Amino acid sequence: MAMIRKDRPVAKPLGLGGEGLLPNLYDLAIFVLIAGVFVLIAHGAHEMTAPAARLASEPITLDPANLPEYALRTTLRMFAAILVSLLFTFVVATLAAKSRKAELVIVPALDILQSVPVLGFLTFTVVFFLGLFPGSEFGAECAAIFAIFTSQAWNMAFSFYQSLRTVPRDLDEVSRHFQLSPWLRFWRLEAPFAAPGLIWNTMMSMSGGWFFVVASEAITVGDTTVKLPGIGSWLAVAIDAKDIHAVILAVLVMAAVILAYDQLLFRPIVAWADKFRFEQTAAPRRPRSWVYDLWRRGKVVRRLSPAIGWMAARISRLPLGFARPARPAHNSGTGRLRDRLWLLAVLAAVAYALWRIALFTHASLSAEDVLAAIGFGLLTLARVVVLIALASVIWVPIGVWIGLRPWAATRVQPVAQFLAAFPANVLFPMAVVVIVREHLDPDIWLSPLMVLGTQWYILFNVIAGASAFPTDLREVSTLFRLRTWQWWRKVIVPGILPYYVTGALTASGGSWNASIVAEVASWGDTRLRAAGLGSYIADASAAGDYPRVVLGIVVMSVMVVACNRLVWRPLYRLAERRFRLD
Amino acid sequence: MDTAAPTLVEVDRVRQLYPKGSGENLLVLDDVSMKLRKDEIVSLLGRSGCGKSSLLRIIAGLMPASEGKVAIGGRDVAGPAQEVAMVFQTFALFPWLTVLENVEIGLEALRIDSAERHKRALAAIDLIGLDGYESAYPKELSGGMRQRVGLARALVVHPKVLLMDEPFSALDVLTAETLRTDLLDLWSEGRMPISSILLVTHNIEEAVLMSDRILVFSSNPGRVVAEIPVTLPMPRNRLDPAFRQMVDDIYALMTARPAGKQAQGAFPGTGISMLLPRVSPNLMAGLMETLAAAPYHGHADLPALAGPLHMEIDDLFPVAETLQLLRFAELAEGDLRLTEAGRRFVDLDPDGRKRLFAQHLLAYVPLAGHIRRVLDERGAHRAPASRFRDELEDHMSEQFADQTLRSVTSWGRYAESFAYDEATGVFSLDNPS
Repeated sequence: MAMIRKDRPVAKPLGLGGEGLLPNLYDLAIFVLIAGVFVLIAHGAHEMTAPAARLASEPITLDPANLPEYALRTTLRMFAAILVSLLFTFVVATLAAKSRKAELVIVPALDILQSVPVLGFLTFTVVFFLGLFPGSEFGAECAAIFAIFTSQAWNMAFSFYQSLRTVPRDLDEVSRHFQLSPWLRFWRLEAPFAAPGLIWNTMMSMSGGWFFVVASEAITVGDTTVKLPGIGSWLAVAIDAKDIHAVILAVLVMAAVILAYDQLLFRPIVAWADKFRFEQTAAPRRPRSWVYDLWRRGKVVRRLSPAIGWMAARISRLPLGFARPARPAHNSGTGRLRDRLWLLAVLAAVAYALWRIALFTHASLSAEDVLAAIGFGLLTLARVVVLIALASVIWVPIGVWIGLRPWAATRVQPVAQFLAAFPANVLFPMAVVVIVREHLDPDIWLSPLMVLGTQWYILFNVIAGASAFPTDLREVSTLFRLRTWQWWRKVIVPGILPYYVTGALTASGGSWNASIVAEVASWGDTRLRAAGLGSYIADASAAGDYPRVVLGIVVMSVMVVACNRLVWRPLYRLAERRFRLD
Repeated sequence: MDTAAPTLVEVDRVRQLYPKGSGENLLVLDDVSMKLRKDEIVSLLGRSGCGKSSLLRIIAGLMPASEGKVAIGGRDVAGPAQEVAMVFQTFALFPWLTVLENVEIGLEALRIDSAERHKRALAAIDLIGLDGYESAYPKELSGGMRQRVGLARALVVHPKVLLMDEPFSALDVLTAETLRTDLLDLWSEGRMPISSILLVTHNIEEAVLMSDRILVFSSNPGRVVAEIPVTLPMPRNRLDPAFRQMVDDIYALMTARPAGKQAQGAFPGTGISMLLPRVSPNLMAGLMETLAAAPYHGHADLPALAGPLHMEIDDLFPVAETLQLLRFAELAEGDLRLTEAGRRFVDLDPDGRKRLFAQHLLAYVPLAGHIRRVLDERGAHRAPASRFRDELEDHMSEQFADQTLRSVTSWGRYAESFAYDEATGVFSLDNPS
């Protein structure tokens, strides 16, 4: 979900980089490995189900007095996950950037993992973590945090990896020339250089994360039901109790929480990180934050800041690590041997994974199951395609209109970003109430829920693209009095294409994921179900049918990856090559 | 210049090879030896791609030499040495650090305690004329000020040798001149804690203005073709006839045809695998028009031409050499002279120019002729660019092959000798008319 942001040189969004259309052997191998890991965890989870069945916790009550605490618990989960994601990012991305062998595995793995519908995987992880900490809430907490982590870590790691790989050559030379230790180099060069991209991606990850935290708090696996105190559980209870007021309350609290986190945390960080932007000229418009201004003006803080700075400086100067040798290692005979051994190890792991997958699926799945899953997958695919097309038809003109008017763009852009961050699943019950009341066909009317939360990515990327559209080109088209249709086809659509592709890619990826919670919905004891891969996975999860869950996830991953490779990647490359404006 | 002064840097038969896609490696530096002694400024003068920057990086310990060795203060270089500090063409300042923090970075790496670090950094900032700017960020400074930060950062670690990689080439003319003068003043007053300076430049006047010795490099591969001591008294005056004469002589030296090369041999490679520079037909026409008009009347001294046009040798030489390749001009001994065809070109109307250009292009640029022949032979008159790219990559690196193909495409389009569709990557003969 890496985003293009206006006036910032961006790395290619994850999933759009790379060359050829067809997956190479490495991608395939990584894919098998990832599927193998799923199978292993599923297997382990299955073994552990029994003892973890009961969870002693206070029941969730629909008492508004509890809601602030629930909101806090939800928020804490988010922050725990973001910390884990950052840790993962620093370790894994650094490893990928520094070691060619690690890079060969990590980069395709990140690409595939971000296409895996993590929501479908929730069941295993809940059971797995419950088994790790039997009888305590901690296991369920871990599972929820893990679910959020899996939704946000990949693009952060990829952004950091790309920054590390694109450190400007002259600054790299300065660092080597003055013999900065790796630790000092990290703090003086690599971390600051990567900061803007990483912060932006972290923000996007947080936005996506709210969706998963809501989905992962209340979950039923087989006959185990876990409800962690939080907004998601409140919502689940409200749905069971058919309490629409409680649902509306949850929506309001959620909105307040997201607004607060944006204003109090991310705006200040973005304003602060502006100094790390790699530009030698001062930007005309800088991101601002009233909290950050307050922080800088405050008296206590002014004393505090140097202290923090001093601490940071001490940390960065810790005598860790040794100076790097200046001579790059030559590709010697032993190096080549080590490469071969590494390849052998990867191949062995792939073979083992294949064997486990075969073993696991052979026992309980037949060819018909696979065909059925693919059939459902096509249904969901059709939904995603139609909905993204619809969302594009609606939001591209609106986004262009707004983006070309700076006064409107500055007002609407934060709203669009807020809507993208808002977890759409909190709104689902309202839609379901309408569908139930009006006796609408769930196969059709549940579908829009899939894009409810993701369409905003299209909107705010198009706004960003249109705002960045050069004035002189607009003036030329006005002077030549281009007809409306001609203007759309020849001027503005090519101009915003790279932005649109990024937004649509994110939106479609998010929609696949959302299908798992959007194709099945309930209100009290009424259950609505739309046929599709999402409901297939959701049903299999609820029934504790692990082989079918794995099958569903694998089919969905394949479809997402195929979409990225066959549609978005070529489109993005076309946009990059032909329609870049700088 | 005192030849008995102790040697600080000794470069001994250094060769530098870059691996190419296929076949033999690309030779960038061939058998370069030199010495840098105490109390002297030495310039490495050459055109872009002659390996002078590579040599500087080898001396700085930023990259190893393929063959030969470099010793600093008698010890072999095996990584960045304490005795040298470098100033970069692009300034290479950390945009997120203030001027003071940027200057301190080298001291920080040396683990010098903060009081001492502060004192030394402030002294360097003071010396270089940056006081008052300590807390500014680089993006708030002008180019000249940024390069002063780069200079202060290098001086603060008290190196014996200052390495400067085209330090003034990213600056405008006036700023560069001020900075040069300030640096020379500091040098002659002995206020900098350094013993000598090694300066890489492609600016002939800069080399004559600043150095005690000039090492002139040839291109492809880089070799030292001449060592010129400059004994003019400091401070030097650019208008001094002796100064002018020296600049003229170096121009002549750098445009002299290397013995044993063919007339068209300004560019490396022969036949279709000749490496072509990116020179637009407009620029060629512009230079020919300037040359034909007063005060040159078809014949100009390169330094006299370069001055008013504000072109440095890296801008001017490729155009002049391309004109020579196309037989529109002759380049020798620092002079550029229009040929008969060149004079005719200037007098023609746009269509006539294109026709004449096309004739010369197909006749004298072997790759252009080759592409045209292939297109003529084929029934559909179409050929993919990849075919020619592969042929080129047998002889040169991927990057050079790309550059060469782009150049010939641009020239072919201007001459309307062939067309090229970027989306499909196909050469053809269909010219939309």
